Amino acid sequence: MTALDVVFALFASTAAAGALLAVTSRHVVHAALWLVLALGSLAGVYLVLAAEVVALVQVLVYVGAVVVLVLFALMLTRAPIGVRADLDAAPGRRRVAAVAGLATSALIGGTLLAAIGSTAEVPAGDGTASALGSATFTGWVLPFELLSVLLLAALVAAIAISRGRDADTPGLDDLAPGGTADRADPGAGSAAPAPAAAPAPATPAAPSRAVGPDGTS
Amino acid sequence: MIHLAGPALLVAVLAGAGVYGVLARRNAVLVLIGAELLLAAAGVLFVLGTALPAGGLGSPGLLDPTISARPADPLVSGQVATIMLITIAAAEIGLALAVVLLLFRARATSDLTAVRELGEASPSYTDHPDAVTGGSLP
Repeated sequence: MTALDVVFALFASTAAAGALLAVTSRHVVHAALWLVLALGSLAGVYLVLAAEVVALVQVLVYVGAVVVLVLFALMLTRAPIGVRADLDAAPGRRRVAAVAGLATSALIGGTLLAAIGSTAEVPAGDGTASALGSATFTGWVLPFELLSVLLLAALVAAIAISRGRDADTPGLDDLAPGGTADRADPGAGSAAPAPAAAPAPATPAAPSRAVGPDGTS
Repeated sequence: MIHLAGPALLVAVLAGAGVYGVLARRNAVLVLIGAELLLAAAGVLFVLGTALPAGGLGSPGLLDPTISARPADPLVSGQVATIMLITIAAAEIGLALAVVLLLFRARATSDLTAVRELGEASPSYTDHPDAVTGGSLP
């Protein structure tokens, strides 16, 4: 039982307690804040496991960005303030969920403990920034580039999804040269059906789309 | 130098809590919190894999403590995988929260048990959720 063992036990028990409270709390905002606690102490766990850069990324991305996103989503969906009983499913389903969670824990923990045995120790790690950086930009450079594409796609998709169908703001298909008639949604505001071949200038029904991008005014 | 049983137990607890959260919650955002916990468990497992001797769980060093040769992995695979996992998780939750927001706009609720079917043909769909919630939506 070394000092590192004690530090690890502190961080790990905090993370486990935070995770359990995050999934059982009857208070929506508290659940998100327990998630902050769990993910933040996971950064400490990474530090003890000699993965410094991972710990920093965990703090930056998870604690910094993801939790803020979750809190914003709670605000925007008008999450109820205070203790609510309707956050959880019915008791029967909760029992099934608890059984499934316990079974998952037992399966993963049992497998890992049986595989690791009692002899293994964590060696002094090499999670420094220079080791990780050179690994990322030599052997892992293709997955790294793919990740940047994935992030860009997720960004564009999130904007495209949450933009909704606003009547006033021009949609993507409105910006396409010549084609506005593909949107067959009745809810859109400018309900006057634009002519299918629409190089025609500014119909009076759609004054906000006065000038087509193809220059016909 | 810490024993590896601790991280393994932590992975198990996090994964179990994540599964419970995904299954037992009704609010869509809280379901996503459970999914985040599952991904965090996977990240700890990746870092734990880096800490194992070369060859992973099948390496002879685990069974025979006298064999301590651990050639350094120049690619630090587990930790790089964890960083990529964190990135993917961030992209995932950004997209998922956008979907939840869209669901709330269309149905004025984020209760997953209240939305039995998706699509505009379903009875709970409304084009004007303002009328349901009585106010301007974000």
